[in-house]
Amino acid sequence: MNHQTSGLSLETVSISIESRPLLSNFSLHIRSGEVVTIMGPSGVGKSSLLAFVSGSLRPPFQASGRIDLNGRQLADLPIEQRRVGVIYQDDLLFAHLTIAENLAFALPSKIARRERQERVKAALVDAELPDFGPRDPATLSGGQRARISLMRALLAEPEALLLDEPFSKLDPALRDRMRAFTFERISARALPVLLVTHDPADVEGRLITLS
Amino acid sequence: MTRHSGTRWWIAGQLLPLALLLPTGFGLLGVLLPTFGFHPGLNETGFSLQAINALTGDPSFGQAIWTTLISGLGGAFLSVGAAFGFCASIYHTPWFKRLRAPLSAALALPHVSFAVGFAFLLAPSGFLARLISPEISGWQQPPDFLIVGDPWALCLLIGLALKETLFLVLMIISALGQVRADAMVRTAQSYGYGPVRAFMLIIAPQIYRQIRIPISAVIASSVGSIDLALVLGPSAPPTLAVLVLNWFGDFDLELQFQAAAGASTLLLISLVAIGIWDVLERLTGQLGRLWIWSGRRSGWADIAIAAFGQSVAGLSLFASLLSVLVLLIWSFAGQWQWPEALPMSWSLSHWGSSMAAIIKLSVTTIGLACISTLLALILCLIALEARDKGGRSRPQILPLLPLLLPQASFLFGVTILWSALHWDGSVAIVIWTHLLFVGPYIYLSLHGPFQALDPRSALTARTLGKTRWATFLEVKIPLLFRPIVTAAAIGFSVSVTLYLPTLVAGAGRISTLATETLALASGGDRKTLGVIAISLTVLPFLALLASLGLSDFVATRRKGLLI
Repeated sequence: MNHQTSGLSLETVSISIESRPLLSNFSLHIRSGEVVTIMGPSGVGKSSLLAFVSGSLRPPFQASGRIDLNGRQLADLPIEQRRVGVIYQDDLLFAHLTIAENLAFALPSKIARRERQERVKAALVDAELPDFGPRDPATLSGGQRARISLMRALLAEPEALLLDEPFSKLDPALRDRMRAFTFERISARALPVLLVTHDPADVEGRLITLS
Repeated sequence: MTRHSGTRWWIAGQLLPLALLLPTGFGLLGVLLPTFGFHPGLNETGFSLQAINALTGDPSFGQAIWTTLISGLGGAFLSVGAAFGFCASIYHTPWFKRLRAPLSAALALPHVSFAVGFAFLLAPSGFLARLISPEISGWQQPPDFLIVGDPWALCLLIGLALKETLFLVLMIISALGQVRADAMVRTAQSYGYGPVRAFMLIIAPQIYRQIRIPISAVIASSVGSIDLALVLGPSAPPTLAVLVLNWFGDFDLELQFQAAAGASTLLLISLVAIGIWDVLERLTGQLGRLWIWSGRRSGWADIAIAAFGQSVAGLSLFASLLSVLVLLIWSFAGQWQWPEALPMSWSLSHWGSSMAAIIKLSVTTIGLACISTLLALILCLIALEARDKGGRSRPQILPLLPLLLPQASFLFGVTILWSALHWDGSVAIVIWTHLLFVGPYIYLSLHGPFQALDPRSALTARTLGKTRWATFLEVKIPLLFRPIVTAAAIGFSVSVTLYLPTLVAGAGRISTLATETLALASGGDRKTLGVIAISLTVLPFLALLASLGLSDFVATRRKGLLI
């Protein structure tokens, strides 16, 4: 495999559960700005692969292989040092914080105090929810929460983004709009993006089918 | 017909709050009225401030307030901090899932046994001093300073903190099941936050609401601690709760008023402490918000709180284990002179000579525990069913009230009622008094599982023509079998451990293993004390093992029983 310094590379990744192999010798390169979709039946190891990349794979799962993100080796780093954002089917907004606080929580600490407010405001505008800052997350609709959840992940300035069945809990009418919204916001950032789904309508970019 | 049975259920549902609140309310009145000079039992029907003046004029008062505040507030606040710190530092590790068993075992250790064992460990002539003497310490005699019972109540503070930390850890673990803690911590970590900070900023505030009641209970029981205070606390003067106990037991009837004023003060301290806690909690919440806006990802605070939590929780487990060991050693000790670390000879004679007493005390202890647990189970299940509307609701606060007040602040007041009715010292009254504490714990432990029942099971039974009562008996209770068994074990253990309620309600005429242990604790016979304390310790462990065994047995036969 040719080494490229920009983007996300998985090299010879193998994942097993209690010594039963799920994935073996899986390799993949995603360039910055590229979206790769992985499809396949449940139990094939799609979500475990994302967990391995994000750093949250736990026993009884076992994994080996290299993960290279913009030249950094991730496999031995704890989650908090990987700079890999994850969007799940649940929005996982923090119920005790306001919408603005949820967003502020993700902002990197290097951003100066005064600018933090501005960034949060801009993110709210970008989410098309400009006045929602002081609101309680419980008062938002599913679609609104999903948008905030995406903005929150992007505010953390990740170097790669993983999407784990991100639209499967939204109702069908909303799904198309959320899909468009998501890929629009992501493409502006030129990140390597890995999407796992079993809805063919979700497929974006290059498609890999696992079986 | 439906409306009719609804009314009947509503009435039945009031039985639990009534059974718990009647004595508690009378107890509070029975303490508050004499505080202001009103005590018809002693032919005082006017109001005066004499009792309060007598209390504040008592030479012990100032020091007692001081040590009560230090040990009670210090112990409670330390244990809350330690419990959160411990959970935050270990939540993301594989250890966390294996904590329940050792925690439950350590919690099954009665306060009284822990106190006596802890004193055996730390006393100048105790196990730890023996281990390092004379080689390391250079002590040829037991050193002449107070470790146990120090005048500042620091030993009591540490004992309380160690004993309550594990209880709060277990409460946090159960609360964690209610939020998607695992995924939220991972999300916060993916933004660059360390796992400890992620837990403290994101998970702790979300589960805090559910452990507010346990925290208030810890504050009340620490401020009003009697069993630990008698063994580990200062003696001249003791803490306020022990002073109150002494005054109420005094033959001088004038002291009854002073005792009542003391009990009211205890109540006031505990309410103020819970109030202070409330303010601290809000401040911490505000601080947390500032922290969130600052965006700092890690720092010394994470390391400090993790280290603090781990050391307190670790010490707590260690001290519990060591306490039991030392009690065991003493119970089988033959000759054991200072500074030998272990007895020079072993003997069964203390067990032999105490066997008759152990059997008698155990029969009383087990009998009281079984009856009060059974009554509490029936009342709690009926109360939960009566309020069940198929949705989720928070536990009622009223049945939990006895846990949120210091025991000494209302128990003495109830005795006025019992003696007026000539019921004092009867077995029935002791059982009722045990119910005041067994009931709330069983209610708390059944509330969650009852809410978790799938409402459709009951609905299906009703559509098949079963009455509400039949559905309750034939569907809900069998589905709740495992939580009921667990709750029964908890109730049994609570009853077995009760010291002050047994002493006060039994008017000293009913002895259990707990009251006997504390009666012996003030004497010098460590070997007999070891024998009785170990017998006391064994009972909750047996209950725990029995409940685990029964649960497993049912689980293997009915795999679908999820709760």
